[in-house]
Amino acid sequence: MRRREAIEAVTGCFKEGYIIACNGFISRELFGMKDRPQNFYVLGSMGLPPAIALGVALARPDQRIIVITGDGNQLMSLGTLATIGKTSPKNFIEVVLDNECYETTGGQETSSSSIKLHELARSSGFRHSEYVASLDRLVMVLSKSLHAEGPIFIHTKIDKEKTSPPRAQVDPCKIKNRFMKALTGS
Amino acid sequence: MDSEKFCRLLRDNGFDFFCGVPCSVLGRIIEHLSCNKDFQYVPATREDEALGIAVGAYMGGKKPVVLMQNSGLGNSIDALTSLVLLYRFPILLIISWRGYREKDFPEHSLMGKYMRDFLKTMKIPAIVLSKNGLPKQIADAERMMKELEAPVALVLRKGIVE
Repeated sequence: MRRREAIEAVTGCFKEGYIIACNGFISRELFGMKDRPQNFYVLGSMGLPPAIALGVALARPDQRIIVITGDGNQLMSLGTLATIGKTSPKNFIEVVLDNECYETTGGQETSSSSIKLHELARSSGFRHSEYVASLDRLVMVLSKSLHAEGPIFIHTKIDKEKTSPPRAQVDPCKIKNRFMKALTGS
Repeated sequence: MDSEKFCRLLRDNGFDFFCGVPCSVLGRIIEHLSCNKDFQYVPATREDEALGIAVGAYMGGKKPVVLMQNSGLGNSIDALTSLVLLYRFPILLIISWRGYREKDFPEHSLMGKYMRDFLKTMKIPAIVLSKNGLPKQIADAERMMKELEAPVALVLRKGIVE
């Protein structure tokens, strides 16, 4: 599965959803595919995208909040899985795109091949946690999660790629302001 | 001041979402925030995670406070520089001052000495709370955050809020 295909599956299922995208190629790919105010690009702060999404989800229980993150990013903040499990927001969905490397910095290996992230999420208290092995299955699980109670954790493997998507060309304050305007109207 | 009154002061200034990692100096405050249904407190596993959660809550319309020991400021530098300051999030930080005048355990001595320099370097205004000035200091911090569209730190020494 290509990174782009996995992200398209998410944006295709959650057309109106609020997406927090992690730093690096995942934010860049999302920006390049379709920039929109409901996307919050985390430009730095590696490890924090799930925490940011958790904060939004707790503040806005009426909206579905999706975070797309990578394996290196998730491994940096495994403790956040416990915080999500403990607070258990029903509107929280996490998608981990796992290419077993830090692709943005040149493809150095992560430790994700030796850990079952979806099992960790399940034991942390996620209501539903699943490893999906194909794009078809990813689309099906995402469609189901549109109406299911969270927190939901979806883990899938993606290819290592040689292409480098362009950086998100939006001022950080603008990313924040337009996301807030879309979410809260202010 | 007792912790209940202190928490009420925060609420009267509009703060309605709390997140953090404990310190014994903050213990009573966190206990009150956690046990009282009028407050929403999220226990984080790390201080930078608490900042991430607070940023999200702010975007969802809340007015967040992050509580941490000053040792946690070390864990928070990237979250502060590449998220809170970069995107201009007005978040109130309540940081306990361990190692104040070196009357503390050795592990707190250096951060106790350097904390205010770290905050100053990041241009985060720091207000050292005093027993008699609390209502005005909290109101000042709230006003500064709004004006600067940036975080402000309240520094709490032992014995000010019990």
